[in-house]
Amino acid sequence: MNPLRKLFRHPAGLFGAIVVAVLVLSALVSLVWTPHDPVFTDSARRWLAPTWAYPFGTDNSGRDIFSLIVAGSRVTVLVAVGSALGAGILGLLLASLGALTRRWVREGVAVLIDVLIAFPTLLIAMLLAAAWGGSLLVVIVAVSIGFGVNIARVTRPEIRAVLAADYVLAARASGIGSLGILRRHVIPNILPVLIVQLSWGMAIAILAEAGLSYLGYGAPADTPSWGRLLSELQTYIGIQPLSVLWPGAVITITVLGFNLLGDGLRDVTDPTLADPILSETVPASNAPVSPAAAAGATSDSSARETEPAHITPVSPDATEAASISETPETQEGTR
Amino acid sequence: MTRFLLTRALLLVLGLAVASVLIFLALRLLPGDVAQVIAGTDATPERLAAIRDSLGLERPLPVQYGEWIGGLLRGDLGNSVVTGTPVAGEIWEKAQVTLPLALLSMLIGLAIAGPLGVAAALRRGRPAGFALSGGAQALAAVPVIWAGMLLVIVFSLWLGWLPAQGFPRAGWSDPGAALRSLLLPALTIGIVEGAAMLRFVRSATLGVMGQDFVRTAAAAGRTRTGALLSHGLPSVALSIVSVLGIQVAGLLVGTVLVENLFTLPGIGRMLVADVGNRDLTKVQSEILVLTAIVLIIGTLVDVVHRLLDPRQREVAR
Repeated sequence: MNPLRKLFRHPAGLFGAIVVAVLVLSALVSLVWTPHDPVFTDSARRWLAPTWAYPFGTDNSGRDIFSLIVAGSRVTVLVAVGSALGAGILGLLLASLGALTRRWVREGVAVLIDVLIAFPTLLIAMLLAAAWGGSLLVVIVAVSIGFGVNIARVTRPEIRAVLAADYVLAARASGIGSLGILRRHVIPNILPVLIVQLSWGMAIAILAEAGLSYLGYGAPADTPSWGRLLSELQTYIGIQPLSVLWPGAVITITVLGFNLLGDGLRDVTDPTLADPILSETVPASNAPVSPAAAAGATSDSSARETEPAHITPVSPDATEAASISETPETQEGTR
Repeated sequence: MTRFLLTRALLLVLGLAVASVLIFLALRLLPGDVAQVIAGTDATPERLAAIRDSLGLERPLPVQYGEWIGGLLRGDLGNSVVTGTPVAGEIWEKAQVTLPLALLSMLIGLAIAGPLGVAAALRRGRPAGFALSGGAQALAAVPVIWAGMLLVIVFSLWLGWLPAQGFPRAGWSDPGAALRSLLLPALTIGIVEGAAMLRFVRSATLGVMGQDFVRTAAAAGRTRTGALLSHGLPSVALSIVSVLGIQVAGLLVGTVLVENLFTLPGIGRMLVADVGNRDLTKVQSEILVLTAIVLIIGTLVDVVHRLLDPRQREVAR
């Protein structure tokens, strides 16, 4: 069956796909139209209660909160896409270096990955902000590094598994170089795993943007952003407590959407789940208490405020479906 | 076992060394003049010269790095470029807020994740199990800052039970007041982190439930729950130890955000302020200290896991 149709039949995946579609749509629409001008202030309409004209009410300076959220989705999409691109490229680069090169380079890359994984993304961002000043680029670079390392760790064993396959040997024998093999065999084979990871990574990027913009090191002052809005509304939490509900709920639903989309994509692309006979043969208990758990414990820790579950070898759902992204990692750790 | 400990210790030292080099380089390979960044664009030439001199910026990078690390090993984290006060003393002072906060958050997280995670596994495929894992999935997507605001609205603004922000000036000399001011912040981190941990505990429990010894106990007449509780719990507990290692970084990031939300005088709030002040020497040492905490706890968790797990002891011999 068509993977997209399978995704739409997966309740969690469908929910995620809808959330992401709405997000992208509102970001696009906000480029040409929002219900009100999101930065227009008017002291006559301060703290209006939610009505049809102002669905989420207005803030202290009379700005329409709904329009601010719609306009803020641009920053969210920018950060999510930018981080996913950065993390994907960095992750694949590190993973390929860790799989294709000579032994001493491989070992060096492995140590680097282990150390970088211990840096929480927020600390990377603070370090960059101290040097360069806060900006959305800093958020994107920090998440790219923080999550890229995770992608490298998850895809490296995948890449090594592909490289060990007979058809790669055949390709090598017929004179195709490393880059050709990477392009023709490795990348198509790890693409499903990569896409799932990127979906989870975007969730982390959105939370990171919210947190950093809240601290004042993310979106610039004049740019509508969900984290910024949350921090601005917090100032008046004593006067209008319920106004913080909107941006927070929107962030939560969006993060949940990306997480569930990732879950759905994993279930759809995972051959162990797609084939009921195969999934019976997956040992139900290989993941949780394996030494890999301990290995993961020391190393895996970036952007941890959100969904650590997904980026570690011990996925919470690993018992139900030892996914293709986790099983080789477990073996790696056991060795 | 000795060999394992030595390898782990060596990896820890190597990790700390690489981390310190990365932090140092990230702050020194700036676009332009480090002194200018610290002092701002309107600084006088005298001020710039003073900063260059106090940081030793004229000397080669390896020498500067060596001095920083040499100081670290003697417990001297350097002085603030902005205020001139020693960094180590200030970190120690702020740690008296951050460490209890992190510990309390962890306990709350465990109290949530442990029992509910096991329950979610036992009720798997039934409405209660679905509600528990679905709820955890949703809670784990909540931004920590928003969770904090919601708790403030309910427990401070509406019920008036707990303070919405601040930490008593007297610190821990009044333990009751200090604890009260840490309760909401810890609850904030604990709930969100607990939701993330719950999913690990659930999957670990499901894994244990599939094990032969639990099945045998069940076959010998125990109920499934009884068999799990009497025979499976040690394995589940073991997996909780590793989850803790994974969650340390999340806890620390949580404290940075929550200390700013609740205006608590901890390391996280200090770090955010120092980043704003471009106090590079302080930022450099603070980030290294936080990274070291993550790396050290990760190593400890590894070692404890190894000590507790008889199967791994077999392998080690």
